[in-house]
Amino acid sequence: MRWTPRVVGQALALGVVAAALWWLGRNTQTNLEQRGLSLGFDFLRNPANFDIGDTSGIPFRPENSFARAILVGLVNTARVAAAGCALSIVFGFMLGILRLSSNVALRGVVRSAVELMRNTPLLLLLLLLAATLHGMPSPQNALQPLPGVFISDRGLALPLFDRPRLVGFNFVGGVVLSPEFAALLGALVMHHAAHISEIVRGAILGVSRTQTDAAIALGLSRAQTFRFVVIPQALRAMVPLLATACVSLTKNSSLAVAIGFPDVVSVLNTTANQTGHSVETMLIMIAVYLTLSLGVAALMNRYNARLLRAGG
Amino acid sequence: MSAAARITTARGQRPVRRGATRGIRSATLTIVAVAIGAVVLVPFVRWALVDARWTGTADDCRREGVGACWAFIGHKLPFIFFGLYPPAERWRPALATIVIVALVIATMLPLFWRRWLVAAWIVALGLFLWLMGGGGTLPHVATQQWGGFPITMMLTVLGLGVGLPIGILLALGRRSRLTVPRLTATTIVEVVRGVPLVAVLYLSVLVVPLALSTGVEIDKLLLAQAGVAVFAGAYLAEAVRGGLQMVPPRRLDAARALGLTRWQSMRLVVLPEALRIVIPAFISIAVGFFQDTSLIVIIGLFDLLNTARLAAQDPAWLGFHTEAYVFVGAVYFAGSALVSRYGLWLERRMATSTRRT
Repeated sequence: MRWTPRVVGQALALGVVAAALWWLGRNTQTNLEQRGLSLGFDFLRNPANFDIGDTSGIPFRPENSFARAILVGLVNTARVAAAGCALSIVFGFMLGILRLSSNVALRGVVRSAVELMRNTPLLLLLLLLAATLHGMPSPQNALQPLPGVFISDRGLALPLFDRPRLVGFNFVGGVVLSPEFAALLGALVMHHAAHISEIVRGAILGVSRTQTDAAIALGLSRAQTFRFVVIPQALRAMVPLLATACVSLTKNSSLAVAIGFPDVVSVLNTTANQTGHSVETMLIMIAVYLTLSLGVAALMNRYNARLLRAGG
Repeated sequence: MSAAARITTARGQRPVRRGATRGIRSATLTIVAVAIGAVVLVPFVRWALVDARWTGTADDCRREGVGACWAFIGHKLPFIFFGLYPPAERWRPALATIVIVALVIATMLPLFWRRWLVAAWIVALGLFLWLMGGGGTLPHVATQQWGGFPITMMLTVLGLGVGLPIGILLALGRRSRLTVPRLTATTIVEVVRGVPLVAVLYLSVLVVPLALSTGVEIDKLLLAQAGVAVFAGAYLAEAVRGGLQMVPPRRLDAARALGLTRWQSMRLVVLPEALRIVIPAFISIAVGFFQDTSLIVIIGLFDLLNTARLAAQDPAWLGFHTEAYVFVGAVYFAGSALVSRYGLWLERRMATSTRRT
């Protein structure tokens, strides 16, 4: 190897990065020792000693371990992210297509809704929804905006398989969403549906005009053209952007902390506060989200490669 | 509508004739749209304007009980805008905010795009910190007492201002031919962009003090500000990288042919052009960022949104949270919508000015 300036520069840069990391690591070590803590993930086996309100199928009691608490948090994040993604894509498609309508009034209504979402913070919407749900009447006097849908200060009861009924002080049957879950899901869906509608609109507008003209010349109706010519081509452009939007929705679900919904960030934060193991919990938090975003990025690269091979 | 009527001209224009069925469908859609608008808008206007109470106490509002209680906002306005700042000194955050807002507006006007604008910003930020924190003739006010709109503005402006150089460095690092800077920059950008802002904020408040300090307490607001700046830097880096990629390689070749070094041609030729391309993206990042600073609620700092939330939790005024959120929502909306519109205007203006030259 020749000692060109480039190689020397590289070696110096590497030295600086390594020195900085070493210095940060040593500081952390010293500070932790002063607090009587040592790095390591053994504490995850200790009993958590806190309760989790929303446990979503995995039973959890305070004597269970931190690891189990984090798992419950992960499942909660996955639950809200999956429902949020599905719903915001559905509503995003509807809004995006409506925004392309030839009708001025319809376009105007949809556009105002989208603009409202784009220009106000998601957290504001979330806090407003959470406060509103908590201010709802008790289950006995629950609002019933649609048959079988009940809104009370205990959350949202929706009909699924059977209709929710009031038994004692709570709803039984259907799906009952806690106020926190309902507020988080609602805010995420409203915010991201607006965002996705722009993606959908852009992708549809991006389909070349000649394609629709050709389809119509072949005798396809407007609806058929849209269904068989425009949408399939728009979808190709949309898929990577929709995937990014879903990742961003999942990341935004961490706002759950603000309203006390026990998602993975919220549980990890509680764990850090209780044990003092903030370095380890933050590492877990980073690992969780990086796995997700890098995983989705890798999937999208494969998708794009496949499209290129297919001549897309 | 029949397919034949939709055949368009050779220039691909919209169909010329609009059939009668289309008219009926369009009218139905209009009625539906207007109905949807009315169902939302009419109750809102009744609540916010017609039945609203503008003055009086919480009991007055509760007695009437149907409309918005803007008296609550009127009563809490100083708290919402300035948080726990000592009431006698509230002129200071007010003045500090005016300075920053005035300079933001000046920066938005191409008329003021001169070299001294950078100097003006440094002076303005110094003035802002002096007015807020005190020193000299002004009594000292600890950062724990700072709150409300000045915090939102500070986090946004300083976050973007410090974030831009960070972003440029990261973008250049990521495009570097050298492995070490490239890997370092790529790791930082991907990690920061891969995790939510909430995680970055926790990291900067919980872990960064452990890693940096040796016994000295670091100010929480400063830590949050640093976290926010790095977060902005990572997103701006990707925008700048996009801009760098859009600069034609022949620009670099031409600069090198003129005898400039690689670094000089980067700094004097490629980077200015890349940054110019990036301005629209920068503005939309800025708008998103202005809204995202509200997340500092989570680490217990008091920005505009958090002071509104606290105002609504005052026992004397319980039950008026909708008013508080609608009010600060309007502030965020006004700021974001104005800057977004400005971005579109600037984009059009830049497009025409490039074409002319």
